[in-house]
Amino acid sequence: MTTLKILKYVLYDVLRSKMIIVYTLLLFLISFGIIYTGKDVSKAVISLLNIVLLVVPLVSIIFGTIHFYNSKEFMEMLLAMPIKRKNIFWAEYAGLSLALSLGFTIGIGIPLLMYGGAAGSFFLILSGVFLTFIFTSLAFLASVLNKDKSKGIGLSLVIWFYMSVIFDAIVLVLYFIFSSYPLEKATIIVAALNPVDLARILILLKLDVSALMGYTGATLQHFFGSAFGMVYSMGFLMIWAVMPTLLALRVFNRKNF
Amino acid sequence: MIKIKNLKKKFDKNEALKDVSLEFNAGYVIAIMGPNGSGKTTLLKCILGLVKPDAGDIYVNEFHVNGNSEYRKHIGFMPQYSCFPENLKVKEVMSMIKDIRGNHCTYDEDLIKLLKVEEMNDKQIGSLSGGMKQRVSSAAAFLFGGDIIILDEPTAGLDPVSSEIVKNKIIAEKEKGKLVIITSHIVSEVESLSDRIIYMLEGRIYFDNTKEELYKLSGKDNLNKAIASLIEENLGSEKL
Repeated sequence: MTTLKILKYVLYDVLRSKMIIVYTLLLFLISFGIIYTGKDVSKAVISLLNIVLLVVPLVSIIFGTIHFYNSKEFMEMLLAMPIKRKNIFWAEYAGLSLALSLGFTIGIGIPLLMYGGAAGSFFLILSGVFLTFIFTSLAFLASVLNKDKSKGIGLSLVIWFYMSVIFDAIVLVLYFIFSSYPLEKATIIVAALNPVDLARILILLKLDVSALMGYTGATLQHFFGSAFGMVYSMGFLMIWAVMPTLLALRVFNRKNF
Repeated sequence: MIKIKNLKKKFDKNEALKDVSLEFNAGYVIAIMGPNGSGKTTLLKCILGLVKPDAGDIYVNEFHVNGNSEYRKHIGFMPQYSCFPENLKVKEVMSMIKDIRGNHCTYDEDLIKLLKVEEMNDKQIGSLSGGMKQRVSSAAAFLFGGDIIILDEPTAGLDPVSSEIVKNKIIAEKEKGKLVIITSHIVSEVESLSDRIIYMLEGRIYFDNTKEELYKLSGKDNLNKAIASLIEENLGSEKL
């Protein structure tokens, strides 16, 4: 109950923040622009996928980190009340993730709905929501681990850069080095190590465009078939959302404010 | 009311509290003074449960402070800086605090009226000046009629009229038998409000006396001179 009471006010605050409004409008304009100029909603979903995979993690992790540090005094004030630490943590995390997810769903969802939607639209939104919860969770983890705001933002940027850019480069190098070995199983395991890859697979399996799937996705489809691949991706996306959150909560419970 | 026994806290290599023991009773205004980094905020944060001590015990109304939150229903707290979310309206902040702490008790709305907080009801916290935010903060600290009130620099940033209203409120609460703990750098404020002065330096209690004792010990007739003289004397004897 206490968590819900705090959550209500966190939502009031975050939903009125200029950054969320700009984020929603920007996504709306980009989506609308891509669908309007391309005329083909199915192709637009693929173009939007690349934007979602890059922008959603970046905005979630940076806004999440800034929000956490800006709310430090508010959290201190709440902690001085007869409220358990975990209630404050869950309210802040849920409030921020829900507000960002709402902004994302409106920004991407309305243009897609206006043009009648397409196969994969639902999974595009689902992946975006997953990525929002995951990267907000990573933002909270980076923030509770660093007392200094600039170090927290720095760590968040490193996490985003690693997941969005470096990880793929490392995987490609590894595949190149071990190209003479059978790599199917390794590919599937490696994909689970990066939520951005998992989100990409989730949408592309649904779109059935194996040519665009890259090595990981193609192997996954071949190995598991669409249904199991989707369960696999969603299961690991869920783990990616839960694990950093629980770890951040553990640190938060012991943290000195 | 509050008992602190052998409290120790270290942040990396910095010892913020070195074996601090204190006892606070109801019906007094206690001022905690000291330069920046002397450990006064850490001490307050330990009492509030914001900082977890490395060793030692704190009891608030016989309740052992050990990661529990229940004991804080006795405490009203005003932090040094405004702490409310920028995009909330003043009226939302007030209802939020009432919602969170429970709507079962009667509210002390004296300061809401006297500091004219209601006039700001529809303004967002982010649009208020520093002084206006502090007025909201002080009104919120006294709202629940807790028997312990902790105020971190209560008049910093307040205009003279509001500052006087808050000071009068502190004295009125003391007379009702409550314990008020303040931190302040303003010696005249401490002199006019507090019954007992605790001066901290490098994580230790440097002295802990009533005003009268300080005047007597130093042979001075005002608090500023008394504190300066005691610090100089002690520093001098340490050098010898």
